[in-house]
Amino acid sequence: MEAWHPFRILPALDDSNRVFWTSGESGALAIVRCRACGFWIHPPSPICPSCLGRDLTPQPVSGRGTLVSFTVNHQPWIPGFDPPYVIALVELDEQPGLRITSNLVGCAIEKVEIGLPVEILFDEYDGVWIPLFQPTADAFEPGAGEGGGAVGAAADASEEGAP
Amino acid sequence: MTEILERRASITGIGQSAVGRRLGRAGLDLTLDACLAAIADAGLTRHDIDGLATYPGAGIGTAGFAGAGLTEVQDALRLDLDWFAGGHEAPGQLGSVVSACLAVACGLATHVLCFRTVCESSAQGGGGRAGIGGGGRGGFKARDALQWTLPFGAASAANWLALTAQAHFHAYGTRREHLGAIAINARRNAARNPAAVYRDPLTMEDYLAARLISTPFGLYDCDVPVDGSTAIIVSRASACATVAKRPIRVEAVGTAIHGRPSWDQWHDVTSMAAVDAAAMMWDRTDLTPADVDVAELYDGFSFLTLAWLEALGFCGRGESGELVGDGRAIALDGNLPLATGGGQLSAGRLHGYGHLHEAVLQLRGEGGDRQVPGGPEVAVVSAGGGPLAGCMLLTRS
Repeated sequence: MEAWHPFRILPALDDSNRVFWTSGESGALAIVRCRACGFWIHPPSPICPSCLGRDLTPQPVSGRGTLVSFTVNHQPWIPGFDPPYVIALVELDEQPGLRITSNLVGCAIEKVEIGLPVEILFDEYDGVWIPLFQPTADAFEPGAGEGGGAVGAAADASEEGAP
Repeated sequence: MTEILERRASITGIGQSAVGRRLGRAGLDLTLDACLAAIADAGLTRHDIDGLATYPGAGIGTAGFAGAGLTEVQDALRLDLDWFAGGHEAPGQLGSVVSACLAVACGLATHVLCFRTVCESSAQGGGGRAGIGGGGRGGFKARDALQWTLPFGAASAANWLALTAQAHFHAYGTRREHLGAIAINARRNAARNPAAVYRDPLTMEDYLAARLISTPFGLYDCDVPVDGSTAIIVSRASACATVAKRPIRVEAVGTAIHGRPSWDQWHDVTSMAAVDAAAMMWDRTDLTPADVDVAELYDGFSFLTLAWLEALGFCGRGESGELVGDGRAIALDGNLPLATGGGQLSAGRLHGYGHLHEAVLQLRGEGGDRQVPGGPEVAVVSAGGGPLAGCMLLTRS
């Protein structure tokens, strides 16, 4: 983990979300899954929205996914959480639409582009393991990520929005 | 076809308080100005008002967001109510007006006073615009839906919608200049609206040079927090004989949301609940987008106007940037005039109700220097972003 460790507003932990926010201690993010049909459920819910099954259990995910959108935040909303930083919308490989809002780290802002393959890492705050994402080791090699050729359009957009 | 019940409702009165930056007046005080103005505009007295509706109701959101609660307005005016409703779990800000339409249509009330008040400018004082969560000091913890965004510094709808906008840019080639055309159009119209907050000319150079907020949004993509209140009177159409002004008919409303009620879990990362609300509205009328003479589309962020243009079928998916182009098509004398009073981007963030107020003015022909030429007969009003979405189609009776 690099030095970036801003002040963060932490979640209030309860029985519904504790596994999500603490599972990073084991090195893998755990997300609620339906035992009956295998559907991943995020945010956590007491019922499977696919089959209405009630037999649900958190399971570790691969931590790999795709950057489906991002924004470079420049506005100082939270004292101690200094801009600029990248807010990332990541879709996990496990299931279409299984998305987490997070931060993209370990990547120069001007290189951030939609379609980047990313992998998870964690930063711990008082027992809360914040899931963050970074480009995979081969993210910038030709052919990496989804949709290869579509990445160019994202680069144009990010240039326009770059500081 | 089953009866479209909202057609039993008409808008008979509109009123607005002073609107400005840091007015330093209480939300209830501003609300009473707007409510009394609307009642007088309709030619009614407070004793005629038997229904009351508001969004979002007391005690919710960041400082100044709620403005005034329903019960304090009822008590201040000693209203005798047969029906009332206030709350934020609704199809956007206009959900409160839709509820009022249904209340009069079903005979629960005859004249419903609807209001929306904001005091966000005074609440923010001399400081910058606050993120949700108040900066997180004092041991504040994120709960419910906010726990999924606040820990990552995604503290504002500016961030949440920037994700949608960036995906739209990527998928469709939308550019900052397209957003800029929305902001510049709003400012050009605001110059003709004496009640607008920002009226100085804005150029594309100014727009592009402004500081960034959350890419692709810069300062002028974000609406202007203000203090102000807007009130609307919804009456049963059969009870309009005594009102002072030409009633404005409600042709159809849209309240649908068929996807997940979430900013970041919506199935299509380039769109919002607006698509469902808009589709429902058109399903309830024989009118089509080509019939619309003036469009007061939500612009809490410039991108939301693009999203509503597509949702409402004024263009195809991804084509809104092309539609707004250099801004001529959306100007007061264009094919589809937008934000005729300056919208929230320049007239002030009156949170949906300002757009409804402006649509009624335009259909009445009371737009003054900013009146759309040719006597507009059909207006569409939309409000909301992300999972919040509601829209209304209005006609001159």
